[in-house]
Amino acid sequence: MAARAVWLAFRGGLGRRQAFSTKANVQVKARVAERTSPVTHALRFIPQGSGRITVEVIEHLERLALVDFGSREAVARLEKAVAFADRLREVDTDGVEPMESVLEDRCLYLRSDNVAEGNCAEELLQNSHRVMEEYFVAPPGNISLPKLVNKNPSYTAKW
Amino acid sequence: KQGQITPTELCRKCLSRIQRTKFLNAYITVSEEVALKQAEESEKRYKNGRSLGDLDGIPVAVKDNFSTSGIETTCASNMLKGYIPPFNATVVQKLLDQGALLLGKTNLDEFAMGSGSTDGAFGPVKNPWSFSKQYREQKREQRRPKLHREREGSSGGSAAAVSALTCFAALGSDTGGSTRNPAAHCGLVGFKPSYGLVSRHGLIPLVNSMDVPGILTRCVDDTAIVLGVLAGHDPKDSTTVQDPVKPFTLPSLTDVSKLCIGIPKEYLVPELSSEIRSLWSKAADLFESAGAKVIEVSLPHTSYSIVCYHVLCTSEVASNMARFDGLEYGHRCDVSVSTEAMYAATRREGFNDVVRGRILSGNFFLLKENYENYFIKAQKVRRLIANDFVNVFNSGVDILLTPTTLSEAVPFLEFIKEDNRTRSAQDDIFTQAVNMAGLPAVSVPAALSAQGLPVGLQFIGRAFCDQKLLTVARWFEQQVQFPVLQLQGLMDDCSSAFENEKLASVSLKQ
Repeated sequence: MAARAVWLAFRGGLGRRQAFSTKANVQVKARVAERTSPVTHALRFIPQGSGRITVEVIEHLERLALVDFGSREAVARLEKAVAFADRLREVDTDGVEPMESVLEDRCLYLRSDNVAEGNCAEELLQNSHRVMEEYFVAPPGNISLPKLVNKNPSYTAKW
Repeated sequence: KQGQITPTELCRKCLSRIQRTKFLNAYITVSEEVALKQAEESEKRYKNGRSLGDLDGIPVAVKDNFSTSGIETTCASNMLKGYIPPFNATVVQKLLDQGALLLGKTNLDEFAMGSGSTDGAFGPVKNPWSFSKQYREQKREQRRPKLHREREGSSGGSAAAVSALTCFAALGSDTGGSTRNPAAHCGLVGFKPSYGLVSRHGLIPLVNSMDVPGILTRCVDDTAIVLGVLAGHDPKDSTTVQDPVKPFTLPSLTDVSKLCIGIPKEYLVPELSSEIRSLWSKAADLFESAGAKVIEVSLPHTSYSIVCYHVLCTSEVASNMARFDGLEYGHRCDVSVSTEAMYAATRREGFNDVVRGRILSGNFFLLKENYENYFIKAQKVRRLIANDFVNVFNSGVDILLTPTTLSEAVPFLEFIKEDNRTRSAQDDIFTQAVNMAGLPAVSVPAALSAQGLPVGLQFIGRAFCDQKLLTVARWFEQQVQFPVLQLQGLMDDCSSAFENEKLASVSLKQ
């Protein structure tokens, strides 16, 4: 019954904004209002300031990703992203299994172990900038990236 | 096919039209010689009465994150500038096997991350509708008539290419709405197949568990033709299902009374523009007056889909972008102190801020201390979202009807005020959950807004019920009779051609 009333509210009155606020919206708003300011809505977020990204984390991430932040804005963006992701905590997932793939109820296809294609070494080597005979040339390995020495790393550090 | 125009002539017309619409910045690479050669071969086939099928001789465009043998594939990124793949993506190969003419590679957001086609290395894509007669007439009173609009998902180039009549169909990719979003803004049919129906081999991956190749065309019949060609198991892509697939023609739906349309109430958000809201309502009325059952349904976890997507997407992106190290392909910088230094410098130069930001966020969520709280949690929420849909469909609903976008295309200057992630979070709200659940969805152009810009509505179907979805979409399209784009300045040149071949509203079934 309530659903029908809500449905009618949705369908009627094209010009009246109030009529289109459904009960569901109010519920969602109420849930979100706990964590965000009353002015915002389900889509926007406000950075909670939850756990500032420390210098160690920055270094660690740059080392893992082999991509640098580049600027303080990038760090701020990461903080916002993390704050945004914190909203997941509101959801009750007790007893719920993680879903890796939507095709999880099907068997993975395995083809027979026969060589079907290959022998294209030359083509593949053509795309690389530095090759020697049949090798890709890489700089020496096993040398770690230099650690960021100061507490306030310069984001324009040259490697 | 009826001999009104030869493939070569058609190809030339499309190529010249590409030249004239260069200001849209829809194409990154135009493969003129390849296309003309293909056109000649197609002509020979027609002469000998041995055409390969419906797509023989039809010009198509492909988004630049599909690998195309011998043609530069950049993903709109400096990382892959100059990269020429040695193989064709399976979907591209399938199109070529049917004789389609590959006109070129279209522009996109860098690595398909974003919802505006504004962040690529080759510049933003312009919406052809901002140059249309319909839009200009509405804007007569404005002081700045030159304001152009973008906001075209990330397959913006493909959408602009089809919309500007430079090709008949285009391939896009859909991870969070990247095909349906630009389709809605450009007045096209944007189709996202069920996950696992179409092969992803050769599509440079963004999020392996949600990516799908998408199809953009001017009408639903064309989409069905292209889908019939592309769908099917691919031994090179183990995430394609093995169910047999046959090309199909859409049956004409005359009786919708057996249909049950669901309207998800959580999609009625305050940000939805009133025009789209009323359009949505009118569409529901349309179905109801034709006899279908229209009911309200609930997808309770909708509000979390963006957050969940955000975590899963950045995590998978962090993994997928790890292959770009400059060693085997792509950009490489001159640092040779150590391998790691070289990788780091190459990746800094090759990726733009958006990509780097996502990689770093993804790595953060995958850290040992965060894995459980963010990544696993997001996967659990994903299951809840997918289950929402399953529950709704199990309760007897056949198709869901929702808006595709919050509003019509927004001016470029306004769009870039917010950063990429915020924009994606806002714009993908209606299209995003479908990718999480792997369901098929299609955006059908519904009407022109008060400003003269296109607005679309989205239909969502059950998994692997793509044919039924397209049948309903076609019925809706026929009821709506969406107007044709009239590009000023180009109409005079092409008007004679249009009369001959009805290019304006042509379908591939000639």
